[in-house]
Amino acid sequence: MLAGMADEPAPHIAVTSPPPDDAAIVVQDLVKTYPKGPRALDGLSFSVHTGTIFGLLGPNGAGKSTAIKILTTLSRPDSGSAFVAGFDVLKQPQNVRLSIGCVSQKSGVDMESTGRENLALQGRLYGLKGSALTSRIEELLERFHLTASADRVARTFSGGMQRKLDVAMGLIHRPKVLFLDEPTTGLDPEARAELWTEIGRLAEEGLTILLTTHYLEEADRLAERLAIIDRGRLVAEGSPDRLKSELRGDSITIDLFEAASEQSIKAAAARAIQITEVRLDGLQVHARAAHGASALPALLAALEAEGVKAASVKLARPSLDDVYLRHTGRTFEEAEKGSA
Amino acid sequence: MNTLTHTWFMMERLIRHLIRQPIYIGLTLFQPLIWLLLYGQLFKRVVELPGFGANSYITFLTPGIVCMSALFSSGWTGMGIIRDLQTGVIDRFLVSPASRFAIIGGRLANLAVTIIVQSTILVTLGFLLGARFPGGLLSVLVLMLCAVLLAMPFGSLSLAMALAVRKEESVIGAVNFILLPLTFLSPVFMSPGLMPSWINRVASLNPVNWSVSAARAALMGNTDWAMIGFRIASLAAFGVFGAWLATRSFRAYQRSI
Repeated sequence: MLAGMADEPAPHIAVTSPPPDDAAIVVQDLVKTYPKGPRALDGLSFSVHTGTIFGLLGPNGAGKSTAIKILTTLSRPDSGSAFVAGFDVLKQPQNVRLSIGCVSQKSGVDMESTGRENLALQGRLYGLKGSALTSRIEELLERFHLTASADRVARTFSGGMQRKLDVAMGLIHRPKVLFLDEPTTGLDPEARAELWTEIGRLAEEGLTILLTTHYLEEADRLAERLAIIDRGRLVAEGSPDRLKSELRGDSITIDLFEAASEQSIKAAAARAIQITEVRLDGLQVHARAAHGASALPALLAALEAEGVKAASVKLARPSLDDVYLRHTGRTFEEAEKGSA
Repeated sequence: MNTLTHTWFMMERLIRHLIRQPIYIGLTLFQPLIWLLLYGQLFKRVVELPGFGANSYITFLTPGIVCMSALFSSGWTGMGIIRDLQTGVIDRFLVSPASRFAIIGGRLANLAVTIIVQSTILVTLGFLLGARFPGGLLSVLVLMLCAVLLAMPFGSLSLAMALAVRKEESVIGAVNFILLPLTFLSPVFMSPGLMPSWINRVASLNPVNWSVSAARAALMGNTDWAMIGFRIASLAAFGVFGAWLATRSFRAYQRSI
Protein backbone atom coordinates (compact mmCIF):
# COMPACT_ATOMS: atom_id res chain seq x y z
CA MET A 1 0.00 0.00 0.00
CA LEU A 2 2.81 2.36 0.82
CA ALA A 3 5.56 2.63 -1.74
CA GLY A 4 8.06 3.63 0.90
CA MET A 5 7.69 0.34 2.66
CA ALA A 6 8.83 -1.86 -0.20
CA ASP A 7 12.32 -2.17 1.23
CA GLU A 8 11.04 -3.24 4.63
CA PRO A 9 10.76 -6.88 5.70
CA ALA A 10 7.11 -6.72 4.60
CA PRO A 11 5.42 -7.70 7.84
CA HIS A 12 1.84 -8.17 6.84
CA ILE A 13 1.92 -10.35 3.80
CA ALA A 14 -0.03 -13.51 4.44
CA VAL A 15 2.26 -15.72 6.48
CA THR A 16 1.36 -19.35 6.87
CA SER A 17 1.92 -20.93 10.28
CA PRO A 18 4.25 -21.31 12.07
CA PRO A 19 5.09 -17.66 12.45
CA PRO A 20 8.56 -16.28 11.83
CA ASP A 21 10.95 -16.78 14.73
CA ASP A 22 11.70 -13.15 15.33
CA ALA A 23 8.06 -12.10 15.56
CA ALA A 24 6.57 -12.00 19.06
CA ILE A 25 3.13 -11.27 17.67
CA VAL A 26 1.73 -12.16 14.26
CA VAL A 27 -1.78 -11.12 13.37
CA GLN A 28 -3.30 -12.44 10.16
CA ASP A 29 -6.49 -11.16 8.67
CA LEU A 30 -8.55 -10.92 11.85
CA VAL A 31 -12.24 -10.31 11.43
CA LYS A 32 -14.60 -9.83 14.34
CA THR A 33 -18.19 -8.65 14.35
CA TYR A 34 -20.13 -8.23 17.55
CA PRO A 35 -23.81 -9.15 17.49
CA LYS A 36 -25.84 -6.06 16.66
CA GLY A 37 -22.62 -4.09 16.42
CA PRO A 38 -20.52 -2.79 13.59
CA ARG A 39 -17.60 -4.84 12.29
CA ALA A 40 -14.97 -4.26 14.97
CA LEU A 41 -12.12 -5.80 12.98
CA ASP A 42 -12.19 -6.00 9.23
CA GLY A 43 -9.18 -8.00 8.12
CA LEU A 44 -6.48 -6.70 10.44
CA SER A 45 -2.91 -7.92 9.92
CA PHE A 46 0.37 -6.84 11.42
CA SER A 47 3.36 -8.28 13.21
CA VAL A 48 5.56 -7.23 16.07
CA HIS A 49 9.24 -8.00 16.38
CA THR A 50 10.55 -9.45 19.60
CA GLY A 51 11.85 -6.89 22.04
CA THR A 52 10.20 -3.83 20.51
CA ILE A 53 7.39 -1.50 21.46
CA PHE A 54 4.67 -1.61 18.87
CA GLY A 55 1.90 0.96 18.95
CA LEU A 56 -1.64 0.46 17.74
CA LEU A 57 -2.92 3.93 17.14
CA GLY A 58 -6.46 4.82 16.34
CA PRO A 59 -9.46 6.75 17.60
CA ASN A 60 -11.92 5.21 20.06
CA GLY A 61 -13.86 2.47 18.35
CA ALA A 62 -11.20 1.79 15.71
CA GLY A 63 -10.84 -1.82 16.87
CA LYS A 64 -7.73 -1.54 19.04
CA SER A 65 -9.25 -3.06 22.14
CA THR A 66 -10.92 -5.82 20.16
CA ALA A 67 -7.53 -6.74 18.70
CA ILE A 68 -6.00 -6.84 22.18
CA LYS A 69 -8.86 -8.98 23.49
CA ILE A 70 -8.27 -11.53 20.75
CA LEU A 71 -4.50 -11.55 21.26
CA THR A 72 -4.90 -12.05 25.00
CA THR A 73 -7.33 -15.00 24.49
CA LEU A 74 -10.23 -13.08 25.99
CA SER A 75 -12.19 -13.05 22.80
CA ARG A 76 -12.27 -15.12 19.62
CA PRO A 77 -12.22 -13.77 16.08
CA ASP A 78 -14.80 -14.74 13.47
CA SER A 79 -11.93 -15.58 11.14
CA GLY A 80 -8.22 -15.06 10.79
CA SER A 81 -5.41 -16.21 13.04
CA ALA A 82 -2.95 -14.81 15.53
CA PHE A 83 0.24 -16.01 17.19
CA VAL A 84 1.68 -14.65 20.40
CA ALA A 85 5.11 -15.72 21.65
CA GLY A 86 4.99 -18.49 19.06
CA PHE A 87 1.65 -19.91 20.21
CA ASP A 88 -1.63 -19.94 18.36
CA VAL A 89 -4.15 -17.88 20.35
CA LEU A 90 -6.98 -20.10 19.17
CA LYS A 91 -5.35 -23.51 19.52
CA GLN A 92 -2.93 -22.97 22.42
CA PRO A 93 -4.62 -20.34 24.58
CA GLN A 94 -3.14 -21.67 27.83
CA ASN A 95 0.42 -21.35 26.48
CA VAL A 96 -0.36 -17.84 25.32
CA ARG A 97 -1.75 -16.93 28.76
CA LEU A 98 1.42 -18.11 30.46
CA SER A 99 3.56 -15.99 28.13
CA ILE A 100 1.72 -12.69 28.32
CA GLY A 101 1.05 -9.94 30.78
CA CYS A 102 -1.94 -7.76 30.26
CA VAL A 103 -2.98 -4.34 31.46
CA SER A 104 -6.43 -3.60 30.18
CA GLN A 105 -8.35 -0.38 30.02
CA LYS A 106 -10.67 -1.58 32.76
CA SER A 107 -7.88 -1.87 35.33
CA GLY A 108 -8.44 -5.30 36.91
CA VAL A 109 -7.05 -4.28 40.27
CA ASP A 110 -9.14 -5.64 43.12
CA MET A 111 -9.96 -2.41 44.94
CA GLU A 112 -10.81 -4.12 48.23
CA SER A 113 -7.46 -5.89 48.49
CA THR A 114 -4.09 -4.35 49.27
CA GLY A 115 -1.39 -3.84 46.69
CA ARG A 116 0.54 -6.76 48.07
CA GLU A 117 -2.52 -9.03 48.10
CA ASN A 118 -3.32 -8.13 44.52
CA LEU A 119 0.18 -9.07 43.45
CA ALA A 120 0.16 -12.26 45.53
CA LEU A 121 -3.12 -13.54 44.07
CA GLN A 122 -1.96 -12.75 40.57
CA GLY A 123 1.36 -14.54 41.17
CA ARG A 124 -0.32 -17.61 42.65
CA LEU A 125 -2.58 -17.98 39.64
CA TYR A 126 0.59 -18.27 37.55
CA GLY A 127 1.97 -20.91 39.89
CA LEU A 128 4.38 -18.77 41.87
CA LYS A 129 4.66 -19.53 45.56
CA GLY A 130 6.77 -19.33 48.68
CA SER A 131 9.85 -17.18 48.80
CA ALA A 132 10.02 -16.86 45.01
CA LEU A 133 6.63 -15.16 45.10
CA THR A 134 7.48 -12.97 48.08
CA SER A 135 10.73 -11.73 46.61
CA ARG A 136 9.13 -11.09 43.23
CA ILE A 137 6.40 -9.04 44.93
CA GLU A 138 8.97 -6.97 46.83
CA GLU A 139 10.97 -6.43 43.66
CA LEU A 140 7.95 -5.13 41.76
CA LEU A 141 6.73 -2.96 44.63
CA GLU A 142 10.18 -1.42 44.76
CA ARG A 143 10.39 -0.92 41.05
CA PHE A 144 7.06 0.87 40.85
CA HIS A 145 7.62 2.86 44.04
CA LEU A 146 4.70 1.22 45.78
CA THR A 147 6.49 -0.30 48.77
CA ALA A 148 5.27 2.36 51.19
CA SER A 149 1.61 1.84 50.25
CA ALA A 150 1.80 -1.90 49.65
CA ASP A 151 -0.41 -2.76 52.60
CA ARG A 152 -3.08 -0.23 51.87
CA VAL A 153 -6.31 -1.24 50.15
CA ALA A 154 -6.07 -0.35 46.45
CA ARG A 155 -9.24 1.73 46.68
CA THR A 156 -7.19 4.35 48.54
CA PHE A 157 -4.54 4.57 45.77
CA SER A 158 -4.31 7.51 43.38
CA GLY A 159 -5.06 6.84 39.71
CA GLY A 160 -1.37 6.76 38.90
CA MET A 161 -0.62 4.31 41.70
CA GLN A 162 -3.46 2.02 40.66
CA ARG A 163 -2.15 1.99 37.13
CA LYS A 164 1.36 1.21 38.31
CA LEU A 165 0.00 -1.64 40.42
CA ASP A 166 -1.84 -2.81 37.32
CA VAL A 167 1.37 -2.92 35.32
CA ALA A 168 3.21 -4.62 38.18
CA MET A 169 0.47 -7.29 38.29
CA GLY A 170 0.92 -7.84 34.58
CA LEU A 171 4.64 -8.43 35.09
CA ILE A 172 4.54 -10.73 38.12
CA HIS A 173 5.26 -13.93 36.16
CA ARG A 174 7.94 -12.35 33.93
CA PRO A 175 5.93 -12.50 30.70
CA LYS A 176 7.55 -12.35 27.27
CA VAL A 177 4.92 -10.08 25.81
CA LEU A 178 3.14 -7.27 27.59
CA PHE A 179 -0.14 -5.81 26.37
CA LEU A 180 -0.94 -2.31 27.45
CA ASP A 181 -4.40 -1.18 26.44
CA GLU A 182 -4.57 2.61 26.73
CA PRO A 183 -2.23 2.57 29.72
CA THR A 184 -2.23 6.28 30.42
CA THR A 185 -5.87 7.13 29.79
CA GLY A 186 -7.19 9.17 32.68
CA LEU A 187 -3.79 9.84 34.23
CA ASP A 188 -2.51 13.29 35.01
CA PRO A 189 0.49 14.50 32.98
CA GLU A 190 2.95 13.74 35.75
CA ALA A 191 1.77 10.17 36.26
CA ARG A 192 1.70 9.72 32.51
CA ALA A 193 5.31 10.82 32.12
CA GLU A 194 6.35 8.49 34.93
CA LEU A 195 4.61 5.54 33.32
CA TRP A 196 6.18 6.37 29.96
CA THR A 197 9.62 6.20 31.51
CA GLU A 198 8.81 2.86 33.07
CA ILE A 199 7.44 1.44 29.81
CA GLY A 200 10.59 2.56 28.02
CA ARG A 201 12.72 0.80 30.60
CA LEU A 202 10.77 -2.44 30.22
CA ALA A 203 11.41 -2.45 26.49
CA GLU A 204 15.11 -1.90 27.11
CA GLU A 205 15.07 -5.05 29.20
CA GLY A 206 13.91 -7.02 26.18
CA LEU A 207 10.18 -7.22 26.75
CA THR A 208 7.96 -7.06 23.69
CA ILE A 209 5.22 -4.51 24.27
CA LEU A 210 2.04 -3.98 22.32
CA LEU A 211 0.56 -0.67 23.27
CA THR A 212 -2.72 0.78 22.15
CA THR A 213 -3.31 4.45 22.46
CA HIS A 214 -5.37 7.24 21.09
CA TYR A 215 -2.76 9.78 22.13
CA LEU A 216 -0.62 10.67 19.14
CA GLU A 217 2.04 11.98 21.46
CA GLU A 218 2.24 8.72 23.34
CA ALA A 219 2.58 6.65 20.17
CA ASP A 220 5.21 9.03 18.85
CA ARG A 221 7.18 8.95 22.02
CA LEU A 222 7.10 5.24 22.89
CA ALA A 223 6.55 3.12 19.84
CA GLU A 224 9.35 2.02 17.57
CA ARG A 225 6.78 0.88 15.07
CA LEU A 226 3.23 1.93 14.65
CA ALA A 227 0.13 0.61 13.00
CA ILE A 228 -2.58 3.12 12.42
CA ILE A 229 -5.96 1.46 12.45
CA ASP A 230 -9.23 2.92 11.42
CA ARG A 231 -12.60 1.14 11.31
CA GLY A 232 -11.00 -2.22 12.04
CA ARG A 233 -8.44 -2.02 9.27
CA LEU A 234 -4.78 -1.22 9.14
CA VAL A 235 -4.29 1.95 7.17
CA ALA A 236 -0.57 2.53 7.65
CA GLU A 237 2.35 0.83 9.32
CA GLY A 238 5.94 1.76 9.98
CA SER A 239 8.12 3.67 12.39
CA PRO A 240 6.65 7.01 13.49
CA ASP A 241 9.44 8.79 11.63
CA ARG A 242 8.90 6.81 8.48
CA LEU A 243 5.19 7.38 8.54
CA LYS A 244 5.75 11.06 8.93
CA SER A 245 8.38 11.21 6.22
CA GLU A 246 5.94 9.67 3.78
CA LEU A 247 4.00 12.87 3.91
CA ARG A 248 4.93 15.74 1.71
CA GLY A 249 7.98 15.97 3.91
CA ASP A 250 9.36 18.28 6.54
CA SER A 251 8.60 21.92 6.34
CA ILE A 252 11.48 24.42 6.15
CA THR A 253 10.89 28.05 7.01
CA ILE A 254 13.66 30.56 6.32
CA ASP A 255 13.47 34.16 7.45
CA LEU A 256 15.42 36.50 5.15
CA PHE A 257 17.45 39.60 6.05
CA GLU A 258 16.19 41.49 3.04
CA ALA A 259 13.72 41.07 0.22
CA ALA A 260 14.68 38.66 -2.54
CA SER A 261 13.21 37.92 -5.94
CA GLU A 262 10.94 34.97 -6.50
CA GLN A 263 13.19 34.00 -9.38
CA SER A 264 16.35 33.67 -7.30
CA ILE A 265 14.55 31.60 -4.71
CA LYS A 266 13.20 29.22 -7.38
CA ALA A 267 16.68 28.94 -8.89
CA ALA A 268 18.21 28.13 -5.52
CA ALA A 269 15.55 25.50 -4.82
CA ALA A 270 16.18 23.92 -8.20
CA ARG A 271 19.88 23.68 -7.49
CA ALA A 272 19.25 22.09 -4.08
CA ILE A 273 17.65 19.05 -5.72
CA GLN A 274 15.99 17.62 -2.61
CA ILE A 275 13.54 20.49 -2.28
CA THR A 276 10.11 19.45 -3.48
CA GLU A 277 8.21 22.65 -3.05
CA VAL A 278 9.14 26.28 -2.50
CA ARG A 279 7.20 29.48 -2.01
CA LEU A 280 8.21 33.06 -1.13
CA ASP A 281 5.99 34.93 1.26
CA GLY A 282 7.35 38.40 1.98
CA LEU A 283 10.53 37.93 3.92
CA GLN A 284 9.85 34.24 4.46
CA VAL A 285 10.73 31.26 2.31
CA HIS A 286 8.57 28.16 2.81
CA ALA A 287 10.02 24.96 1.45
CA ARG A 288 9.39 21.25 1.79
CA ALA A 289 11.80 18.34 1.62
CA ALA A 290 11.48 14.62 2.32
CA HIS A 291 14.37 14.86 4.74
CA GLY A 292 14.57 18.42 5.96
CA ALA A 293 17.77 18.06 7.89
CA SER A 294 19.78 16.78 4.93
CA ALA A 295 18.20 19.13 2.39
CA LEU A 296 18.72 22.23 4.46
CA PRO A 297 22.51 22.78 4.07
CA ALA A 298 22.24 22.46 0.28
CA LEU A 299 19.34 24.90 0.19
CA LEU A 300 21.17 27.43 2.34
CA ALA A 301 24.28 27.11 0.17
CA ALA A 302 22.22 27.58 -2.99
CA LEU A 303 20.52 30.66 -1.56
CA GLU A 304 23.90 32.03 -0.58
CA ALA A 305 25.11 31.48 -4.13
CA GLU A 306 22.08 33.48 -5.38
CA GLY A 307 23.02 36.24 -2.98
CA VAL A 308 20.08 35.65 -0.63
CA LYS A 309 20.99 35.83 3.06
CA ALA A 310 19.12 33.85 5.68
CA ALA A 311 18.48 35.34 9.11
CA SER A 312 16.98 32.29 10.81
CA VAL A 313 15.85 28.83 9.88
CA LYS A 314 13.10 26.62 11.25
CA LEU A 315 12.64 22.93 10.48
CA ALA A 316 9.48 21.06 11.48
CA ARG A 317 8.70 17.37 11.17
CA PRO A 318 5.17 16.44 10.20
CA SER A 319 3.12 15.17 13.14
CA LEU A 320 1.24 11.91 13.44
CA ASP A 321 -1.85 14.05 13.15
CA ASP A 322 -0.83 14.77 9.56
CA VAL A 323 -0.20 11.07 9.03
CA TYR A 324 -3.61 10.16 10.35
CA LEU A 325 -5.30 12.76 8.20
CA ARG A 326 -3.55 11.56 5.10
CA HIS A 327 -4.41 7.90 5.58
CA THR A 328 -7.97 8.16 6.77
CA GLY A 329 -9.14 11.37 5.21
CA ARG A 330 -10.18 12.83 8.56
CA THR A 331 -8.30 14.38 11.39
CA PHE A 332 -7.82 12.42 14.53
CA GLU A 333 -10.05 14.77 16.45
CA GLU A 334 -12.88 14.39 13.96
CA ALA A 335 -12.59 10.62 14.17
CA GLU A 336 -12.71 10.73 17.96
CA LYS A 337 -15.80 12.89 17.92
CA GLY A 338 -17.44 10.75 15.26
CA SER A 339 -17.12 7.66 17.42
CA ALA A 340 -18.23 9.28 20.63
CA MET B 1 -5.56 -29.87 41.08
CA ASN B 2 -5.30 -26.34 39.76
CA THR B 3 -9.05 -26.10 39.94
CA LEU B 4 -9.03 -26.78 43.67
CA THR B 5 -6.10 -24.53 44.57
CA HIS B 6 -7.42 -21.73 42.38
CA THR B 7 -10.86 -22.07 43.95
CA TRP B 8 -9.16 -21.73 47.30
CA PHE B 9 -7.32 -18.55 46.18
CA MET B 10 -10.53 -17.04 44.89
CA MET B 11 -12.38 -17.92 48.08
CA GLU B 12 -9.62 -16.45 50.20
CA ARG B 13 -9.96 -13.14 48.39
CA LEU B 14 -13.72 -13.03 48.98
CA ILE B 15 -13.45 -13.95 52.64
CA ARG B 16 -10.92 -11.17 53.01
CA HIS B 17 -13.39 -8.74 51.48
CA LEU B 18 -16.01 -9.87 53.96
CA ILE B 19 -13.75 -9.51 56.96
CA ARG B 20 -12.83 -5.99 55.87
CA GLN B 21 -16.49 -4.99 55.87
CA PRO B 22 -17.65 -5.48 59.45
CA ILE B 23 -20.88 -3.66 58.64
CA TYR B 24 -21.72 -6.25 56.03
CA ILE B 25 -20.92 -9.10 58.39
CA GLY B 26 -23.05 -7.41 61.00
CA LEU B 27 -25.98 -7.13 58.64
CA THR B 28 -25.80 -10.67 57.29
CA LEU B 29 -25.62 -12.09 60.78
CA PHE B 30 -27.83 -9.62 62.51
CA GLN B 31 -30.82 -9.95 60.25
CA PRO B 32 -31.25 -13.72 60.76
CA LEU B 33 -30.88 -13.19 64.49
CA ILE B 34 -33.67 -10.64 64.37
CA TRP B 35 -35.87 -13.09 62.46
CA LEU B 36 -35.20 -15.76 65.02
CA LEU B 37 -36.05 -13.47 67.94
CA LEU B 38 -38.97 -11.72 66.26
CA TYR B 39 -40.75 -14.66 64.67
CA GLY B 40 -39.90 -16.79 67.66
CA GLN B 41 -41.87 -14.38 69.83
CA LEU B 42 -44.60 -13.47 67.33
CA PHE B 43 -45.66 -17.02 66.49
CA LYS B 44 -44.76 -18.53 69.84
CA ARG B 45 -48.23 -19.83 70.51
CA VAL B 46 -48.95 -21.44 67.13
CA VAL B 47 -47.64 -24.70 68.56
CA GLU B 48 -50.80 -24.75 70.66
CA LEU B 49 -52.89 -25.19 67.50
CA PRO B 50 -54.16 -28.75 67.24
CA GLY B 51 -52.21 -30.68 64.62
CA PHE B 52 -49.12 -28.45 64.62
CA GLY B 53 -47.06 -31.38 65.76
CA ALA B 54 -44.38 -29.64 67.80
CA ASN B 55 -44.09 -28.52 71.40
CA SER B 56 -41.62 -25.66 71.16
CA TYR B 57 -41.83 -23.06 68.41
CA ILE B 58 -38.20 -21.98 68.81
CA THR B 59 -37.12 -25.59 68.27
CA PHE B 60 -39.38 -25.70 65.21
CA LEU B 61 -38.26 -22.30 63.89
CA THR B 62 -34.47 -22.51 64.26
CA PRO B 63 -33.82 -24.85 61.29
CA GLY B 64 -36.30 -22.81 59.26
CA ILE B 65 -34.41 -19.57 59.88
CA VAL B 66 -31.09 -21.31 59.16
CA CYS B 67 -32.40 -22.42 55.76
CA MET B 68 -34.08 -19.09 55.04
CA SER B 69 -30.85 -17.23 55.81
CA ALA B 70 -28.86 -19.60 53.61
CA LEU B 71 -31.37 -18.98 50.83
CA PHE B 72 -31.06 -15.21 51.01
CA SER B 73 -27.28 -15.25 51.34
CA SER B 74 -27.16 -17.35 48.20
CA GLY B 75 -29.42 -14.91 46.39
CA TRP B 76 -26.92 -12.10 46.88
CA THR B 77 -23.99 -14.12 45.50
CA GLY B 78 -24.36 -12.59 42.06
CA MET B 79 -23.89 -9.04 43.33
CA GLY B 80 -20.19 -9.46 43.90
CA ILE B 81 -19.47 -10.83 40.48
CA ILE B 82 -21.17 -7.84 38.86
CA ARG B 83 -18.71 -5.57 40.58
CA ASP B 84 -15.82 -7.77 39.47
CA LEU B 85 -17.10 -7.56 35.92
CA GLN B 86 -17.31 -3.79 36.09
CA THR B 87 -13.84 -3.29 37.54
CA GLY B 88 -12.21 -5.69 35.07
CA VAL B 89 -11.18 -8.20 37.74
CA ILE B 90 -12.91 -11.06 35.90
CA ASP B 91 -11.24 -10.19 32.61
CA ARG B 92 -7.90 -10.10 34.37
CA PHE B 93 -8.54 -13.65 35.64
CA LEU B 94 -9.56 -14.71 32.15
CA VAL B 95 -6.31 -13.58 30.53
CA SER B 96 -4.39 -15.48 33.20
CA PRO B 97 -4.15 -19.27 33.33
CA ALA B 98 -6.62 -19.24 36.24
CA SER B 99 -9.03 -22.15 36.30
CA ARG B 100 -12.31 -20.96 34.77
CA PHE B 101 -14.30 -23.06 37.19
CA ALA B 102 -12.53 -21.40 40.13
CA ILE B 103 -13.99 -18.02 39.21
CA ILE B 104 -17.48 -19.43 39.87
CA GLY B 105 -16.37 -22.09 42.34
CA GLY B 106 -14.56 -19.59 44.57
CA ARG B 107 -17.80 -17.69 45.03
CA LEU B 108 -19.75 -20.82 45.87
CA ALA B 109 -17.05 -21.95 48.31
CA ASN B 110 -17.17 -18.53 49.95
CA LEU B 111 -20.95 -18.86 50.17
CA ALA B 112 -20.64 -22.27 51.81
CA VAL B 113 -18.23 -20.94 54.43
CA THR B 114 -20.49 -17.97 55.13
CA ILE B 115 -23.47 -20.26 55.63
CA ILE B 116 -21.61 -22.60 57.97
CA VAL B 117 -20.60 -19.64 60.15
CA GLN B 118 -24.10 -18.16 59.97
CA SER B 119 -25.74 -21.49 60.86
CA THR B 120 -23.44 -22.10 63.80
CA ILE B 121 -24.35 -18.73 65.27
CA LEU B 122 -28.07 -19.24 64.64
CA VAL B 123 -28.13 -22.70 66.17
CA THR B 124 -26.25 -21.42 69.21
CA LEU B 125 -28.69 -18.55 69.63
CA GLY B 126 -31.62 -20.92 69.13
CA PHE B 127 -30.22 -23.15 71.85
CA LEU B 128 -29.87 -20.16 74.20
CA LEU B 129 -33.50 -19.28 73.46
CA GLY B 130 -34.56 -22.77 74.49
CA ALA B 131 -34.46 -24.84 71.31
CA ARG B 132 -33.55 -28.47 71.95
CA PHE B 133 -32.62 -30.99 69.29
CA PRO B 134 -33.09 -34.66 70.18
CA GLY B 135 -31.11 -35.61 67.06
CA GLY B 136 -27.94 -34.31 68.71
CA LEU B 137 -24.79 -32.96 67.15
CA LEU B 138 -24.99 -35.18 64.08
CA SER B 139 -28.40 -33.74 63.26
CA VAL B 140 -26.99 -30.22 63.53
CA LEU B 141 -24.41 -31.23 60.92
CA VAL B 142 -27.24 -32.53 58.75
CA LEU B 143 -28.93 -29.14 59.15
CA MET B 144 -25.77 -27.38 57.96
CA LEU B 145 -25.46 -29.74 55.04
CA CYS B 146 -29.08 -29.05 54.08
CA ALA B 147 -28.48 -25.29 54.34
CA VAL B 148 -25.34 -25.43 52.20
CA LEU B 149 -27.00 -27.71 49.66
CA LEU B 150 -29.93 -25.31 49.43
CA ALA B 151 -27.57 -22.38 48.92
CA MET B 152 -25.47 -23.92 46.16
CA PRO B 153 -28.16 -24.04 43.44
CA PHE B 154 -29.59 -20.65 44.36
CA GLY B 155 -26.09 -19.17 44.54
CA SER B 156 -25.42 -20.61 41.09
CA LEU B 157 -28.67 -19.22 39.73
CA SER B 158 -27.82 -15.82 41.17
CA LEU B 159 -24.41 -15.96 39.48
CA ALA B 160 -25.97 -17.13 36.23
CA MET B 161 -28.39 -14.25 36.29
CA ALA B 162 -25.73 -11.71 37.26
CA LEU B 163 -23.53 -12.84 34.37
CA ALA B 164 -26.44 -12.59 31.98
CA VAL B 165 -27.97 -9.24 32.98
CA ARG B 166 -24.92 -7.58 34.58
CA LYS B 167 -27.09 -5.16 36.54
CA GLU B 168 -27.25 -5.13 40.31
CA GLU B 169 -30.84 -3.86 40.29
CA SER B 170 -32.03 -6.93 38.42
CA VAL B 171 -30.43 -9.26 40.94
CA ILE B 172 -31.99 -7.35 43.83
CA GLY B 173 -35.37 -7.52 42.10
CA ALA B 174 -35.10 -11.24 41.43
CA VAL B 175 -34.05 -12.03 44.99
CA ASN B 176 -37.05 -10.24 46.43
CA PHE B 177 -39.45 -11.48 43.79
CA ILE B 178 -38.48 -15.14 43.94
CA LEU B 179 -36.94 -15.94 47.31
CA LEU B 180 -39.54 -14.44 49.60
CA PRO B 181 -42.46 -16.39 48.06
CA LEU B 182 -40.34 -19.56 48.10
CA THR B 183 -39.82 -19.06 51.81
CA PHE B 184 -43.53 -18.70 52.50
CA LEU B 185 -44.41 -21.61 50.24
CA SER B 186 -42.42 -23.88 52.55
CA PRO B 187 -42.65 -25.06 56.14
CA VAL B 188 -40.11 -22.48 57.40
CA PHE B 189 -42.66 -20.83 59.71
CA MET B 190 -45.62 -23.15 59.61
CA SER B 191 -46.16 -26.84 60.12
CA PRO B 192 -47.07 -28.65 56.87
CA GLY B 193 -49.99 -30.22 58.72
CA LEU B 194 -51.63 -26.79 59.01
CA MET B 195 -50.80 -25.43 55.57
CA PRO B 196 -53.53 -25.29 52.89
CA SER B 197 -53.31 -28.31 50.66
CA TRP B 198 -52.41 -26.28 47.54
CA ILE B 199 -49.42 -24.79 49.35
CA ASN B 200 -48.40 -28.30 50.39
CA ARG B 201 -48.54 -29.37 46.76
CA VAL B 202 -46.42 -26.42 45.64
CA ALA B 203 -44.06 -26.98 48.55
CA SER B 204 -43.36 -30.53 47.47
CA LEU B 205 -41.59 -29.04 44.44
CA ASN B 206 -39.88 -26.32 46.45
CA PRO B 207 -36.18 -26.89 47.29
CA VAL B 208 -36.61 -24.72 50.40
CA ASN B 209 -39.10 -27.30 51.64
CA TRP B 210 -36.75 -30.19 50.82
CA SER B 211 -34.02 -28.54 52.84
CA VAL B 212 -36.12 -27.46 55.84
CA SER B 213 -38.07 -30.68 56.21
CA ALA B 214 -35.01 -32.91 55.90
CA ALA B 215 -33.11 -30.82 58.45
CA ARG B 216 -36.06 -30.60 60.83
CA ALA B 217 -36.69 -34.34 60.68
CA ALA B 218 -33.05 -35.05 61.50
CA LEU B 219 -33.02 -32.54 64.37
CA MET B 220 -36.15 -34.06 65.88
CA GLY B 221 -34.41 -37.42 66.00
CA ASN B 222 -36.49 -38.78 63.15
CA THR B 223 -34.75 -41.83 61.84
CA ASP B 224 -36.43 -41.89 58.46
CA TRP B 225 -33.06 -41.61 56.74
CA ALA B 226 -34.51 -42.71 53.42
CA MET B 227 -36.71 -39.59 53.31
CA ILE B 228 -33.87 -37.38 54.54
CA GLY B 229 -31.48 -38.93 52.05
CA PHE B 230 -33.91 -38.48 49.18
CA ARG B 231 -34.39 -34.79 49.99
CA ILE B 232 -30.64 -34.25 50.22
CA ALA B 233 -30.15 -36.04 46.90
CA SER B 234 -32.83 -33.84 45.34
CA LEU B 235 -31.03 -30.74 46.58
CA ALA B 236 -27.75 -32.04 45.18
CA ALA B 237 -29.37 -32.74 41.81
CA PHE B 238 -30.80 -29.23 41.75
CA GLY B 239 -27.29 -28.01 42.63
CA VAL B 240 -25.85 -29.76 39.59
CA PHE B 241 -28.48 -28.08 37.44
CA GLY B 242 -27.60 -24.69 38.95
CA ALA B 243 -23.89 -25.23 38.37
CA TRP B 244 -24.57 -26.20 34.76
CA LEU B 245 -26.60 -23.06 34.23
CA ALA B 246 -23.95 -20.84 35.83
CA THR B 247 -21.25 -22.40 33.65
CA ARG B 248 -23.34 -21.80 30.54
CA SER B 249 -23.96 -18.24 31.54
CA PHE B 250 -20.24 -17.71 32.13
CA ARG B 251 -19.44 -19.12 28.69
CA ALA B 252 -22.01 -16.80 27.17
CA TYR B 253 -20.32 -13.89 28.94
CA GLN B 254 -16.94 -14.97 27.54
CA ARG B 255 -18.39 -15.11 24.05
CA SER B 256 -19.81 -11.62 24.44
CA ILE B 257 -16.45 -10.00 25.29
